Amino acid sequence: MATLELQGLRKSFGATQVLRQIDLSLVDGEMLVIVGASGCGKSTLLRLVAGLETPTEGRITIGGRDVTALDPSERDIAMVFQNYALYPHMSVFDNMAYGLRIRGLSRGEITRKVEEAAALLGLESLLTRKPRQLSGGQRQRVAMGRAIVRDPKLFLFDEPLSNLDAKLRVQMRAEIRRLQRRLGVTSLYVTHDQVEAMTLGDRLLILHEGTPAQLATPMEVFERPADTYVASFVGSPTMNFLAGRLVHDGTAVQLEAGPLIPLQGHRVGDTVTLGIRPEHLTLGGGDLTLAVDLIEPLGSETLVHGRVVGRDDDAITVKVPGVVGLVETVSVGVQADHAHVFDGVTGKRIDPVK
Amino acid sequence: MDRRTVFNGRLLPVMLLLPQLLLTFFFFYWPAGEAVWSSLITQDAFGQGWVFVGVDNFVDLFTDPLYLDSIVRTVLFCVAVSVLSMGIALGLAVFADRSISGRGVYRTLLIWPYAIAPAMSAVLFLFVLNPRVGLLGRWLNHHGVAWDYTLNGAQAMLMVVSASAWKQVSYNFIFFLAGLQSIPRAVTEAARMDGAKGWHRFLTITFPLLAPTTFFLVVVNVVYAAFDTFGAIYALTQGGPGKDTETLVIKVFRDGVINQDIGSSSAQSVVLMAGVIAITAVQFRFMGRRTVS
Ligand SMILES: Nc1ncnc2c1ncn2[C@@H]1O[C@H](COP(=O)(O)OP(=O)(O)OP(=O)(O)O)[C@@H](O)[C@H]1O
Ligand SMILES: [Mg+2]
Repeated sequence: MATLELQGLRKSFGATQVLRQIDLSLVDGEMLVIVGASGCGKSTLLRLVAGLETPTEGRITIGGRDVTALDPSERDIAMVFQNYALYPHMSVFDNMAYGLRIRGLSRGEITRKVEEAAALLGLESLLTRKPRQLSGGQRQRVAMGRAIVRDPKLFLFDEPLSNLDAKLRVQMRAEIRRLQRRLGVTSLYVTHDQVEAMTLGDRLLILHEGTPAQLATPMEVFERPADTYVASFVGSPTMNFLAGRLVHDGTAVQLEAGPLIPLQGHRVGDTVTLGIRPEHLTLGGGDLTLAVDLIEPLGSETLVHGRVVGRDDDAITVKVPGVVGLVETVSVGVQADHAHVFDGVTGKRIDPVK
Repeated sequence: MDRRTVFNGRLLPVMLLLPQLLLTFFFFYWPAGEAVWSSLITQDAFGQGWVFVGVDNFVDLFTDPLYLDSIVRTVLFCVAVSVLSMGIALGLAVFADRSISGRGVYRTLLIWPYAIAPAMSAVLFLFVLNPRVGLLGRWLNHHGVAWDYTLNGAQAMLMVVSASAWKQVSYNFIFFLAGLQSIPRAVTEAARMDGAKGWHRFLTITFPLLAPTTFFLVVVNVVYAAFDTFGAIYALTQGGPGKDTETLVIKVFRDGVINQDIGSSSAQSVVLMAGVIAITAVQFRFMGRRTVS
């Protein structure tokens, strides 16, 4: 259990800059979830903290101790790998005991700790098995067990649930959350899955091509995304974007697609992108007319995908409760108080000035 | 996806197999059969007549202290060659497995010795170790070490072991490297995060995961040391001084070809053949079971 601090962290592989500038500070017991598109450097960031890669620049501090130059074996961090990386030639017990033996614990103490961790994860009956005799979900648990048994300063998770089926993933997600809370170990968690990101993290770090796009609580990220990249990344289905221009002293947006959308407060800017989530569009509002491409019933809700008539580039998704019959065109209304305004050039969020 | 082509009739398959079958027959089954036959008979010195003697040749062999000495010597030689060549190869493979610059060149250079004929590798060792013309041999004598493998049996053994092991390092290296590269990176990384350092990590993670490769190589190296080292030993020491480097294959050659004791020599060949068959059977069973499970 410890704090984690990253200062001015950069990483290049040869000429390619993978991480540009990461400054980050986690309080004791916090769980930070890192999300971002494939290849944006999530795993690299985790491996830097683990010590498996050396930073090109910057400092890593764990619990006040500078570990930048230390070997992974000296950092007292546990990592859960995507494909578990269990020791194939050792039993479940030995997999969990390996790190404890290296620390020179007594035999009795090792047995006690392993059995305790096994009980916590429901692995008691599997202790003598080899990893190849386990199911995917069980291997995942063993990997978790190996991490918690050592009582490390820091947990690192690199997409630990991505090899599980959907049901098991939901179950393990809750379990990881429960365990992390209970043990109070500071954690970094990398995922592709935005539901995992929203539910697991105390805070979210959205990485965009090696730079942090936003670092905030999940709700804050959802409600006030810092730019169009973050906005498109969080929320499902993805937010709709429409090009426009601020008019009337910044109190309304004139969309290129036609309608004038009045806003609350007044903003400073010129060309903008109006962001509106599918659930904040209503059928029959009269702001836009869509030519419908596809209707997806999800049970209690329905997704309507279409394009603004006459503007094939403006693809729009609407999420409405209930069932929608087959239609060619629909008219859609914008709930303006839920709209987000982003700069048309930089994509950065524009908030109303007080 | 089934890419097999099915040929109808008998003639074509037989024709296709014939060259290999003929080669196997003329170069293996026929001489092997001759050897078994001549191990069961005894001939007079001029090859005029023969008498069937059953297992007499074998009884003579296993009651001959010289033969038993040769067996012990061969076992020691095999162990020494295998341990030395596998140990060196494993060390080199561990280094090649790390990402170092010039790795490609390093690997290629390591593979070259395998392409050198046994007798040629022996000549190379002579250039280095001969007490009168060899670089290291002369240097040793110059500095007060009485190095002469033509007189000192231990030195001769050392030399044939080195020369034989040297040639096998390449082969072992390739297999160890492939074995190391098939160990998932994440497993080693997990061990590092668990706190395991260099040598301990190697002993507890890397080496156990190399076990199938190691077992395979033990068999290959023992067979190599027992049977394929004839060229190197004969070119270096002819089994001497005395009988100090006379392994079983050298003895077969000396007794049969030089001393013309066909009965004993054939019996020795049959014993060797039984040895190879036994080792191969063990390997097939073990490896076969491994691939099934
Ligand atoms: N050892 C390496 N050598 C060179 N380039 C590397 C190395 N490791 C990673 N990279 C590059 O760094 C970038 C980031 O890789 P990283 O694995 O961190 O991405 P990621 O965000 O984890 O992606 P994913 O979600 O697909 O796992 C990629 O472009 C990758 O090609
Ligand atoms: Mg990754």
